[in-house]
Amino acid sequence: MSGFQTNNKVVSWLEQRLPIFSMMQHSAVEYPTPKNLNYWWNFGSLAGFVLVVMLLTGIFLVMNYSSHTSLAFDSVERIMRDVNYGWLIRYLHMNGASMFFILVYIHIFRNLYYGSYKSPREVLWWIGILIYLAMMATGFLGYVLPWGQMSFWGATVITNLFSAFPIVGDPIVTLLWGGFSVDNPTLNRFFSLHYLLPFVILGLVVLHVWALHTVKSNNPLGVEIQSPADAIPFHPYYTIKDLFGIGVFLMFFLGFVFWAPNFFGEPDNYIPANPMVTPAHIVPEWYYLPFYAILRAFTMDIWVISAKLQGVVAMFSAIIILFFLPWLDTSKVRSAKFRPLYKQFFWLFLINCLVLGYVGGKPAEGVLVTIGQICTAYYFAHFLIIMPLLGKIEKPKALPASISAPVLKEKA
Amino acid sequence: MADTATHAQPSSADGQTRRDFLLYATSAVGAVGTGLALWPFVHSMNPAADTLALSTTDVDISAIQPGQAITVVWRGKPVFVRHRQPEEIAQAAKDDSAADLRDKATDASRAQKPEWLVLIGVCTHLGCVPLGQKPADPKGDFGGWFCPCHGSHYDTSGRIRKGPAPANLPVPDYKFTSDTTIRIG
Repeated sequence: MSGFQTNNKVVSWLEQRLPIFSMMQHSAVEYPTPKNLNYWWNFGSLAGFVLVVMLLTGIFLVMNYSSHTSLAFDSVERIMRDVNYGWLIRYLHMNGASMFFILVYIHIFRNLYYGSYKSPREVLWWIGILIYLAMMATGFLGYVLPWGQMSFWGATVITNLFSAFPIVGDPIVTLLWGGFSVDNPTLNRFFSLHYLLPFVILGLVVLHVWALHTVKSNNPLGVEIQSPADAIPFHPYYTIKDLFGIGVFLMFFLGFVFWAPNFFGEPDNYIPANPMVTPAHIVPEWYYLPFYAILRAFTMDIWVISAKLQGVVAMFSAIIILFFLPWLDTSKVRSAKFRPLYKQFFWLFLINCLVLGYVGGKPAEGVLVTIGQICTAYYFAHFLIIMPLLGKIEKPKALPASISAPVLKEKA
Repeated sequence: MADTATHAQPSSADGQTRRDFLLYATSAVGAVGTGLALWPFVHSMNPAADTLALSTTDVDISAIQPGQAITVVWRGKPVFVRHRQPEEIAQAAKDDSAADLRDKATDASRAQKPEWLVLIGVCTHLGCVPLGQKPADPKGDFGGWFCPCHGSHYDTSGRIRKGPAPANLPVPDYKFTSDTTIRIG
């Protein structure tokens, strides 16, 4: 907190009553950041930027949206056709959701590659998973609001997942619906929660950044900051780098918004919801597809446990298992740079997730069912077998003495 | 209050137990109270009175010829009413002992009058509406219904025969109010 000085009387008056300036100085200016961060470290701040975009566009969309089953679809079309720049705000919001997930997936895989989840960053990692879970819930709720065919049937399929649980399942589903099918009460509560959850995410992001600033950023070498020579102040070095990242990202984002606004969407969602007709092929939004594939990988009842319940439990487990990763990974070395075996398994895991995503987007038929089952097994094997064993088997390369050491050696 | 401050910690075991009791009792009342205060909010999400009031539907079935089917809405869900042909009834009765019946039920237990089959048209897997009501629809491998979402096949009694669904298409509560009308719910 030492760095903050001011001659401004107003600032100084406020500072004595609420030390907000010194806090900002401490966490956004002085914050010592490893000097070797590569561009994969841009994605956290990019995700934060998209969260702000989503909040703002969402607030403006609500000004013209009606959350009633008889009005919702038309109110969205009115936003697209009649409201000034409504099309822009809606396309920003719609594509922003996909962008948010792209950025967060890259952020998560960067974390996996460089072992950022390991001690002392476990809580930071947990909060990140909670943010991801809240994002998935928010995305699902938001997709229902336009009340198109995919909105309605996506909501029906996903809420029906809870009916898999014995005894409590059906009452839970009725409670979620507020009726005996997805209907107006469902739409209203989804709208309410869709407005609430982003602010929950915002709160979690504050905790995420707080935890980050407590344990400091990991870096591509995976060794901690040991002396002031290893770090540089966040401002101006990383503020400018993050701003540059935002510039590049905006080209990508707006490219979709202006030239392919429906690239991530399903054409069926431009058909108003019809509770009597199910679309031929229901697919969730692309960012849920790997989990959808895991859900569908179970096709056989085992004893009294139905295939449906197995799938639901497996799908939730696929995310819950991430909480245990800091202990399932037995290696002391963080960065895959120094882990020759893990580096290969990392890429296998990434490919496996992409294949699961592909399978999740196709009808569950023929060879795809088997591929989905193998990939589901591999997903869990990666965490439960490969990660614990690798730490024991693998001989990591020699770690540098500090972040500065390899650079100094090259110079000498 | 200065007086209490000086005697703040009574050291007797009796005082401790009394304070413990007060603490536990207060916490328990607080917890129950919070739970009770929470319940109205949870229960407000359950079906409202007007939703529950829409719980019966009357259907005129006089115009449905053998082999035809209609879909009516009951509680926001599709209900299938199929006028079965004799061969469909015979097939359904014959399949009562089929090995692939996952959710065992006889055809007689599923139809009050054999020629009329009344079912909730919601796949028991994840809630899609199975195809098979219209003449051109695929009816699956067993001549009943086929769910396009994840490939569940239902037979001419609406029983699950193949695919991921765990249970038969449910039969709603209904009764014949006359020879040509039924009341569902």
